[in-house]
Amino acid sequence: MKTFVSFIVKEAKHILRDNRTMLILFGMPIVLMLLFGFAITTDVKNVRTVVVTSSMDYQTNKAIDRLAASEYFSIVATVSTPRDAELLIRNQKADLAVVFAQDFASKSAGIQFIVDGSDPNMAQQWTTYAQQTIVNPQLSIVNLKMLYNPQMRSAYNFVPAIMGMLLMLVCAMMTSISIVREKERGTMEVLLVSPIKPLMIIIAKVIPYLVLAFVILTTILLMGRFVLDVPLQGSIVWIYLLSTIYILLALSLGLLISNIADSQLMALLLSAMVLLVPIVMLSGMMFPIESMPKILQWISAIVPPRYYIEAMRKLMIMGVGIGEVAREVAILSGMTLFLLAVSLAKFKTRLE
Amino acid sequence: MKIKFLIQKEFLQIRRNTFLPRLIVIFPLMMMCVMPWVMNMEVKNILVDVVDNDHSTLSQRLVHRVESSNYFIFSGQKASYQDALQEVETSKADVVMVIPPNYGKDLETGHTPQVLIAANAVNGTKGSIGSAYLSQIVNTEQAYSSPGNNLQPSMFNLQFLYNKHQNYKVYMIPALFAIVLMMMCGFLPTLNIVGEKEAGTIEQINVTPVSKWMFILAKLIPYWIIALFVIVVCLIISWALYGITCQGPVGLVFLLAMLLALFWSSFGLIISNYSETMQQAIFVMWFFVVSMMLLSGLFTPTRSMPDWAYATTYINPMHYFVDGIRTVFVRGGDFRSIAHQVFALTCFATVMGSWAVYSYKKNS
Repeated sequence: MKTFVSFIVKEAKHILRDNRTMLILFGMPIVLMLLFGFAITTDVKNVRTVVVTSSMDYQTNKAIDRLAASEYFSIVATVSTPRDAELLIRNQKADLAVVFAQDFASKSAGIQFIVDGSDPNMAQQWTTYAQQTIVNPQLSIVNLKMLYNPQMRSAYNFVPAIMGMLLMLVCAMMTSISIVREKERGTMEVLLVSPIKPLMIIIAKVIPYLVLAFVILTTILLMGRFVLDVPLQGSIVWIYLLSTIYILLALSLGLLISNIADSQLMALLLSAMVLLVPIVMLSGMMFPIESMPKILQWISAIVPPRYYIEAMRKLMIMGVGIGEVAREVAILSGMTLFLLAVSLAKFKTRLE
Repeated sequence: MKIKFLIQKEFLQIRRNTFLPRLIVIFPLMMMCVMPWVMNMEVKNILVDVVDNDHSTLSQRLVHRVESSNYFIFSGQKASYQDALQEVETSKADVVMVIPPNYGKDLETGHTPQVLIAANAVNGTKGSIGSAYLSQIVNTEQAYSSPGNNLQPSMFNLQFLYNKHQNYKVYMIPALFAIVLMMMCGFLPTLNIVGEKEAGTIEQINVTPVSKWMFILAKLIPYWIIALFVIVVCLIISWALYGITCQGPVGLVFLLAMLLALFWSSFGLIISNYSETMQQAIFVMWFFVVSMMLLSGLFTPTRSMPDWAYATTYINPMHYFVDGIRTVFVRGGDFRSIAHQVFALTCFATVMGSWAVYSYKKNS
């Protein structure tokens, strides 16, 4: 037992003495959280609006005032023909043109929105907001309620996704690199001839990363809660339990990669290509899975972070009980057992 | 004529590597063939639950309207709001519409009943677009049903410029050009000089009479040629596979791409000059690539950002490129439309190029 502990201490020292790695391990989560939490939003804000009108009557003025008063729109110009407005949009001086018909005042009808449609989602939202701003809201019979995320903050969506990405990265990539590095430098040989069992060496190697993963998880949760104001609706116990399953899964993946790769560069490339790209692209982190073609949807079914991120969104943000995420938990546990079995079966106690 | 041999040396180094030539050819192809399908933020297949507390003819008509809309997937009628919320929690529904009691009667007598639309807004875009569509349906239905209502939805007329079919690929393909150029011309030069340092071959260059700027220029030119190749491949694929062509002058696309390539390859060389090991260089580059990409307006509009983040776009060359290429490629702008962006990119490229020459030190 004493040898085992000293192995863990040795591994922890490896990590702690490498300043650059430490900087990456802790700098990356913080930078990503700040970027995603604050900078990456799809809120409708500061839409540059051009007013197209030939007669400034009372009704038109009132509608323009409503637009100008709202925080969503800022009026940048008033022109007299739609052609001028289109030119402004093409030159990226404006995003939206509101065209008032000549007889707008008399009939109270005839508004045309000309919108820069290059980004379809935003174009759709801009016009909806503009329509709602111009129409007197009291007349509407719709009562909108945004569940779980009343201010529509993007951070709610991204914090669970960042957890899924970073835990996978730290556990799988860092573990595999650290094992392969020992192989590359030849120190693995020294470890394998020591009195401790080969399997124990690997477990001792993994434990500091396990601890590190929990530290990072806690950092993200605390930052999410206190810096980004993302609520933690669900029970903390379940969040940690589910994360433990996921971390184990990532660690066994890292072990598997370290068995395959024989140089640091290959381990780095393997984890970057095989892990990072599918996580970002196919896990539903940024791009919705249901909009993809069927074949990509099938591939995404074997991407573990997909289930973790989905479960975390439900547990953290929606605050549902564990019963509602039973499916995700079952799939993740199954994947963990499978990967753990495979990576242990493939584990080589000898160096060729 | 020394430069000719130096460039030849660079190309030989790339060709002799087993991995790089394949990467240069396959990476843009893969990105252009697969990514447009993935990078699709289109919101569709929204599941709607309806709770009808009224059961009148008018409320039935509203339900039918939602059912028949091809935008939504009607997942069923629920007895109560609580039941429907349960469905939202298990992801069986995204939006819930609750029709109040006396909805029909209120409409006929000119009152305004309150239809509740509750959307799962964890994913903000999906929530807001889904609920916006649903409210449009409700408003239209109300306009038909209630007499003497002057709120006609038909008074609004909508025109989408440049992307009439609201095709996400049109928006994302220029973004992919930017990503591919950034990856190819950013990461490869980053590994270049530091690779020579690790291999020890830089010593041999340092003792030759080659001047600093010529050495750096010889390093930059291969990446320009790679960028040229990449952009041609990208343009061909987007035309052949997706039928999306450049709306403005194609020459401007090349101009923008070359300027961006110059910026990234100089930037890569700068990082390479200052780094000791490949791993260090890669991580530093990764940091810059991720932050510049996320803050450039590739995926999310820059105008939605908070002020401090928006301020960073003034010093972010990726932002100028993304703006410029979308203006030319999607909106069909001419040189006057992007003069500002071209000017900014030229400045960045010049500064970075000079810095790359300056930061290369022959004596260690």
